[in-house]
Amino acid sequence: MATYLEFIQQNEERDGVRFSWNVWPSSRLEATRMVVPLACLLTPLKERLDLPPVQYEPVLCSRPTCKAVLNPLCQVDYRAKLWACNFCFQRNQFPPAYAGISEVNQPAELMPQFSTIEYIVQRGPQMPLIFLYVVDTCLEEEDLQALKESLQMSLSLLPPDALVGLITFGRMVQVHELSCEGISKSYVFRGTKDLTAKQIQDMLGLSRPAVPMQQGRSLQTPEQPVISSRFLQPVHKIDMNLTDLLGELQRDPWPVTQGKRPLRSTGVALSIAVGLLEGTFPNTGARIMLFTGGPPTQGPGMVVGDELKTPIRSWHDIEKDNARFMKKATKHYESLANRSAANGHCIDIYTCALDQTGLLEMKCCANLTGGHMVMGDSFNTSLFKQTFQRVFSKGYNGEFRMAFGANLDVKTSRELKIAGAIGPCISLNAKGPCVSENELGIGGTSQWKICSLDPSTTLAIYFEVVNQHNAPIPQGGRGAVQFVTQYQHSSTQRRIRVTTIARNWADAQTQLQHIEAAFDQEAAAVLMARLGVYRAESEEGPDVLRWLDRQLIRLCQKFGQYNKDDPNSFRLSESFSLYPQFIFHLRRSPFLQVFNNSPDESSYYRHHFARQDLTQSLIMIQPILYAYSFHGPPEPVLLDSSSILPDRILLMDTFFQIVIYLGETIAQWQKAGYQDMPEYENFKHLLQAPLDDAQEILQTRFPMPRYVHTEHGGSQARFLLSKVNPSQTHNNLYAWGQESGSPILTDDVSLQVFMDHLKKLAVSSAS
Amino acid sequence: MSVNQQAHTGPPYGQPQPGYQGYQQPAYGGQSLPGVPQAQYGAYNGPVPGYQQPVPPQGYFPSLGFPLKGSPVSLNSDTSSLAPNFIGSLRAPPTSGAPPPASGASHPSGPLAYSQFEHGDVQNGIPASAAPVQRPPASQPFLPGSAPTPVSQISTFQQYGPPPASVQQLRNHMAGMTIGSTAASAPPPAGLGYGAPRPPAMPGPPLPGQTVAAPPSSQPNHVSSPPPPSTMAGLHPGPPMSGLHGPPPPTHPPQPGYPMQQNGSFGQMRGPQPNYGGAYPGAPNYGSPPGPPPPPKRLDPDSIPSPQLNELPPQQKPRHRIDPDAIPSPIQVIEDDRNNRGSEPFVTGVRGQVPPLVTTNFLVKDQGNASPRYIRCTSYNIPCTSDMAKQSQVPLAAVIKPLAALPPEETLPYLVDHGESGPVRCNRCKAYMCPFMQFIEGGRRFQCCFCSCVTEVPPHYFQHLDHTGKRVDFYDRPELSLGSYEFLATVDYCKNNKFPSPPAFIFMIDVSYNAVKSGLVRLICEELKSLLDYLPREGNMEESAIRVGFVTYNKVLHFYNVKSSLAQPQMMVVSDVADMFVPLLDGFLVNVNESRTVIASLLDQIPEMFADTRETETVFAPVIQAGLEALKAAECAGKLFIFHTSLPIAEAPGKLKNRDDRKLINTDKEKTLFQPQTSFYNNLAKDCVAQGCCVDLFLFPNQYLDVATLGVVPYQTGGSIYKYAYFQLETDQYRFLNDLRRDVQKEVGFDAVMRVRTSTGIRATDFFGAFYMSNTTDVEMAGLDCDKTITVEFKHDDKLSEDSGALLQCALLYTSCAGQRRLRIHNLSLNCCTQLADLYRNCETDTLINYLAKFAYRGVLSSPVKTVRDALINQCAQILACYRKNCASPSSAGQLILPECMKLLPVYLNCVLKSDVLQPGPEVTTDDRAYIRQLVTSMDVAETNVFFYPRLLPLTKADVDSDSLPAAIRNSEERLSKGDIYLLENGLNIFVWVGVSVQQGLIQNLFGVSSFSQISNALSTLPVLENPFSKKVRSIVDMLQGQRSRYMKLIVVKQEDKLEMLFKHFLVEDKSLTGGASYVDFLCHMHKEIRQLLS
Repeated sequence: MATYLEFIQQNEERDGVRFSWNVWPSSRLEATRMVVPLACLLTPLKERLDLPPVQYEPVLCSRPTCKAVLNPLCQVDYRAKLWACNFCFQRNQFPPAYAGISEVNQPAELMPQFSTIEYIVQRGPQMPLIFLYVVDTCLEEEDLQALKESLQMSLSLLPPDALVGLITFGRMVQVHELSCEGISKSYVFRGTKDLTAKQIQDMLGLSRPAVPMQQGRSLQTPEQPVISSRFLQPVHKIDMNLTDLLGELQRDPWPVTQGKRPLRSTGVALSIAVGLLEGTFPNTGARIMLFTGGPPTQGPGMVVGDELKTPIRSWHDIEKDNARFMKKATKHYESLANRSAANGHCIDIYTCALDQTGLLEMKCCANLTGGHMVMGDSFNTSLFKQTFQRVFSKGYNGEFRMAFGANLDVKTSRELKIAGAIGPCISLNAKGPCVSENELGIGGTSQWKICSLDPSTTLAIYFEVVNQHNAPIPQGGRGAVQFVTQYQHSSTQRRIRVTTIARNWADAQTQLQHIEAAFDQEAAAVLMARLGVYRAESEEGPDVLRWLDRQLIRLCQKFGQYNKDDPNSFRLSESFSLYPQFIFHLRRSPFLQVFNNSPDESSYYRHHFARQDLTQSLIMIQPILYAYSFHGPPEPVLLDSSSILPDRILLMDTFFQIVIYLGETIAQWQKAGYQDMPEYENFKHLLQAPLDDAQEILQTRFPMPRYVHTEHGGSQARFLLSKVNPSQTHNNLYAWGQESGSPILTDDVSLQVFMDHLKKLAVSSAS
Repeated sequence: MSVNQQAHTGPPYGQPQPGYQGYQQPAYGGQSLPGVPQAQYGAYNGPVPGYQQPVPPQGYFPSLGFPLKGSPVSLNSDTSSLAPNFIGSLRAPPTSGAPPPASGASHPSGPLAYSQFEHGDVQNGIPASAAPVQRPPASQPFLPGSAPTPVSQISTFQQYGPPPASVQQLRNHMAGMTIGSTAASAPPPAGLGYGAPRPPAMPGPPLPGQTVAAPPSSQPNHVSSPPPPSTMAGLHPGPPMSGLHGPPPPTHPPQPGYPMQQNGSFGQMRGPQPNYGGAYPGAPNYGSPPGPPPPPKRLDPDSIPSPQLNELPPQQKPRHRIDPDAIPSPIQVIEDDRNNRGSEPFVTGVRGQVPPLVTTNFLVKDQGNASPRYIRCTSYNIPCTSDMAKQSQVPLAAVIKPLAALPPEETLPYLVDHGESGPVRCNRCKAYMCPFMQFIEGGRRFQCCFCSCVTEVPPHYFQHLDHTGKRVDFYDRPELSLGSYEFLATVDYCKNNKFPSPPAFIFMIDVSYNAVKSGLVRLICEELKSLLDYLPREGNMEESAIRVGFVTYNKVLHFYNVKSSLAQPQMMVVSDVADMFVPLLDGFLVNVNESRTVIASLLDQIPEMFADTRETETVFAPVIQAGLEALKAAECAGKLFIFHTSLPIAEAPGKLKNRDDRKLINTDKEKTLFQPQTSFYNNLAKDCVAQGCCVDLFLFPNQYLDVATLGVVPYQTGGSIYKYAYFQLETDQYRFLNDLRRDVQKEVGFDAVMRVRTSTGIRATDFFGAFYMSNTTDVEMAGLDCDKTITVEFKHDDKLSEDSGALLQCALLYTSCAGQRRLRIHNLSLNCCTQLADLYRNCETDTLINYLAKFAYRGVLSSPVKTVRDALINQCAQILACYRKNCASPSSAGQLILPECMKLLPVYLNCVLKSDVLQPGPEVTTDDRAYIRQLVTSMDVAETNVFFYPRLLPLTKADVDSDSLPAAIRNSEERLSKGDIYLLENGLNIFVWVGVSVQQGLIQNLFGVSSFSQISNALSTLPVLENPFSKKVRSIVDMLQGQRSRYMKLIVVKQEDKLEMLFKHFLVEDKSLTGGASYVDFLCHMHKEIRQLLS
């Protein structure tokens, strides 16, 4: 049998699933003793080049509470044309279309290699995609210009039959009507007044007339969709119009006096956008794309007053309960996010400003609806421009890498229950037999809505083993989980992707080594991190760290090999060896540490952490460091201060930043201009190598990372220095003067110290 | 310093008026005469140097019997100087002459009598003295001795002048009213007629008669004619009576005629009774029955002079019914005044001078008092004490039109700049520098003429006094020598201590289904394209400083960005009507020239955009709020022109429901029909006023739209309402466009505050008009145009003195159409009297009616209409009774004696009582009543005059070759002849009435059709035909249209056609279908009321 590593990788590639444990402890008690919960990272739309969708509908279990999809794990009686649901054991008749079924003539969904399969459903009308731009006009001229150009450019990237709409806001909110000739027409709303969806729809004239139509007006019926989409028009029809309209956009004309922030009605603008789509296209794939250059300063959802002398809230203010508007604003955006999510519309936030823009308050809009969140310094940067362009990038088959309105349904064997999910989703409150009472993340349901997702969107799903301690290992020795994801494909088709997986049960008392060996420490680190970050949203930072530490210690106690009270005897098996290190970096990461981060930044980092797949998540937790030198080919090196050497070029990828750092000597050479001398062409190549590698990352990642090119002693070097393990600091004097590495001025503990403590605590008999 | 200043002010001053230059001449100052400056002014006007004499000043002093006489000088010069003045008066004579026919021979003597003496000398005498002021010239004639001899003309002259009037009036008492018991005696004849029936008596009194001048015929004041029958009929017969309240019932039974009258006052002979019946029916015949007797009667009324005579009258019982020709005729009074006073300029130099009637064309020379075009008073002689005032019940009121338009011959008020420290004002009462301020201590201080406080003259304003105590720069400074002038306001007079920006006009067009379908939207848009080039400009400015903005609306509002830099206008829809705001800042209010192309494009597109609208609901309050917010955002004052079609029932603030309920009429709840249905609009109006946002409302209703509520904001912001019921493009567009043009172009001030200061003793206590008051003294108007009038009532709070008289100063702070902050000051000095007779002699009935109408129209908001009507009747009865009791010479109680100046009071009052507001007919809608109520409230005297007593012109009598109007005739059907065509106008409508037997030729000429039956009554204009008659008629119509602030609706009425009912409604001397009393009936009723009061 292949190693577990291979197994894990294979599973990930085929099903987009990674479990923390690949052999499951068979009883509730044992499971809890495993410390790391049984959970998985699911990438529902993982790109599968080798998976052509089938053009028929899935066969469902007929038990109303089950409705699991026919899958390779089901027992099939070919003669009787019956199949037994592997979740509820219901025996089902095959539908008539399966009459010809036989052992040699199996439908795809019964083949083991199709544990993941995608169906195309032909039901219902096909609705075009909808893109609603919500544009802040309180920008600097230069920023606005850049943004306008980006938006105009984006029109060419949209599918031609997609509907677009435009809302602009500053002190007022304007909903532009796109269908008009001659006079350009817009509906204007006060930026200070919260309106209900009904009011908004009434005011936009979207509500259907209550009075029955008069006779002779029979034409109205065909007209109606036109009326309701006055604000949303097919791109191909109005791209000229819209391009002009965007071109004519002016900065918000209302005067901003000295010492004031411009009045920005983001809250109302979003509310109107949500209300507009809610009224016109409920349950249709739609993106509300908010572009803003500063914090909301008035009306519902205001984050800061317009007095410049009052700075926007900091973590300090929040801890002191001194953030006046935060709670109210958060509530406002949360309700918007929930409404939007309920209708299957997602909200993207593109915010570009040097100061904070209220992402903390608005984060839920993107988090709950699966929208993007992009933070930059200015709309006039490639970071924004490229990132924005990448929203509309296409996949291998020429389809947009976006899907809408997904509905994820999770079904489990009886021994498992669903504890919750963490990711860009909301609960659909589907109670059922397989829903656990204990919640981890967004729980209490077996179904979640993910309004927007792309091939890398990844949810963490947590389970609970409910098999009683004394009960035997369940029949068949395997537990199964089925993920059913219904979604609107970017081609506007409805599709259903079904992934069914199964894992062996093992008795933890007797077969602990199996379980141990099947531990996926990477997945576990990410799953634990998600839990930690999820907790951090609502709990105090130190509490979360303490919880994380305790979990780590307990894990080490459980799976370490050691003699009591002898730290030096402590060993971890290979499958656990990296885990403490991940946790060490996680503790230092901006996801849990708010020091030196603004609330907005924290929100931004956490947002991305909660939706990226395992690889990217790991990069976020523990950045990757490559070294380039004349001593050999580029190599990954330890994320440690000892890796910072004068004759090296380092390339660090933290997901959010790409840092190229020239060592002291290299920097001097470069200043001396050696790279321009023909005889030192190799130096030139050396300099170029990390740039090329960085480019490669920059090309593909979303959002585009901040690109930092610095050198020894440069101010930007802090990006690197703050990430590496401070193995050498001004404290450990012995390191001073050593040739290797570069000391970091910090009081943070190094990995070494951390590990020492961990061992001590793990082996301590006291705990 | 003074020198400098002169130079400073001099220039502006001088240029305009030639007259002014004169002022500068030193000679003037030199005049030793203490004479009032005004007098001097007068001189200028008049060719004669002697002028000074007329100087009234002296005259003012009561002590001097006849003022003039006082100064020898005056006498001398008199002859010469007088001449000019007299001329004016002289004309009077002619009229008087005319009348004579009636009075005939008696007249001549009348004039003499004039001298008043005859009437209770006492009364007359005194009045005379008072009068003198005005008549200075006449002084001589007045002398008792000479008086008789003097030419009647003189007397006449006087008559016109205030003083004489009183005298005459006295005579006017009608002897006739007698009935009943008295009747037994001689008087009976008179009985009917209020007037003096007795011919004999009349003759005696002749004197008075003349004054009346016109009196000859009935016109003379008192109505006297006894012609009992008719009157009786009116009164007694229950039915007719309806109009008249009280009296009727009792009367019936009494054969004697008026039972009540028994007091004797009404002595009616029984004789009359019989006639009653007969007379009535034959209404038209009125005059005839009495046959021979009538003539004398008529005379009587007028002449009614001496007591003795009065006694005689009774004898002439023969008259049974009142001859309509024998009762005072408005037409005659108007004609007489026109003839007597129309040709000479009215010089305002004299205190307490009664101006010519509003119906008279005259020029005004400002010599220290405001022109009557700006201020008119109910009385120019104010009782010294409140007791007197209460006794007389004559309201003391001034009708002020601060921005009145002047004829081209008159000069606009000069603009005075007192520099950075602002206008010089009294320290205590803050009155502005005016001609009545007394400089003392060599000019270093001045004593306030209002509160007597002494204030330092600011150094820069110091000027030496000449030996008469007058400042040397007297003639260089308008504020020292003129009655009306303007100050340039400093920043202290501005809101927020910031100079205002130029105002803005915002056009807000209803684009709901009705408006679009009727073609209104297209019409407005087309018109605006050209109209925008005619926004009001200040002085000689090249282009108007006013910015414009556009809004359309139905259930939601559409704002337009018409910034000049845009290629296309942008439309911004605001549907949040619950919480109105302005969606854009830049580009909403623009300069017309800069944004011309964008605006044109917008106006082209608006009708297209809404061509297919199906929206029928509208909002209203949010529209005003939007305008208000726009002005707020632009930090300027301005005016909203709202074109609205329907009751605002869409869900929004200020939403209204249809609450029209005709069943409420004549109940205690009727007042609710005039009240706004929600207080929302009151608050909105308040906000508008605070911002200087004036609202003009053009209504195009097809059904009830609650003018009472919609009108609140226009009304309180000083705006206007125009209503075009059942608007039809073909028939109404011309009228609407003319109104719109006039409304947009007319001179207007913004963000105005008016305060009226008075000299100690009286106080402005009540105000009527279109404005808002946040305290008890300041009248605030968001906008004030040249047609808006404010009526101010005064009450005593102390005694006045005859010496110092009473002064009024009306100060209006406003922003001109170019955004300049200014103060317009009008000063008026009035006389004070201790004798009631003086009061009655210096009254002006037209103004009184203006006041009474406004008072009553306000009353309907809080009291049942009937109460209001009764109060009106009662007040007038008291006024007249007080006169009768205190001023008239003793006479038979049966005589109705009216003061000369008030002889038209009954007829006009009757018109007010019969007006749609106070007595609606079935065809008058609630909206019409509310509309008229508000309209009347800002009317000036000329407008109320013609509104209540329409002008009726016999077109067929017009002289095709001259440009004069044909002589008007009285508003009674019996005056219409089947063979003629008449024109009737009341300021809102013009009726062309065509008799059934009009010559075909005339019809052909005027209407272009060959027969009477072919005349269409759908005509809204007269066809343009090339013949003298058509041209003449059209020119008359055009001329009348030109005189009114609104374009009148022209309606062609054929005799015996359905529409004639409508027309007859305006024949106000007749009994109206709705129960309004005829003139004669009402007069009888009035008489009865008076007698009751007297007994």
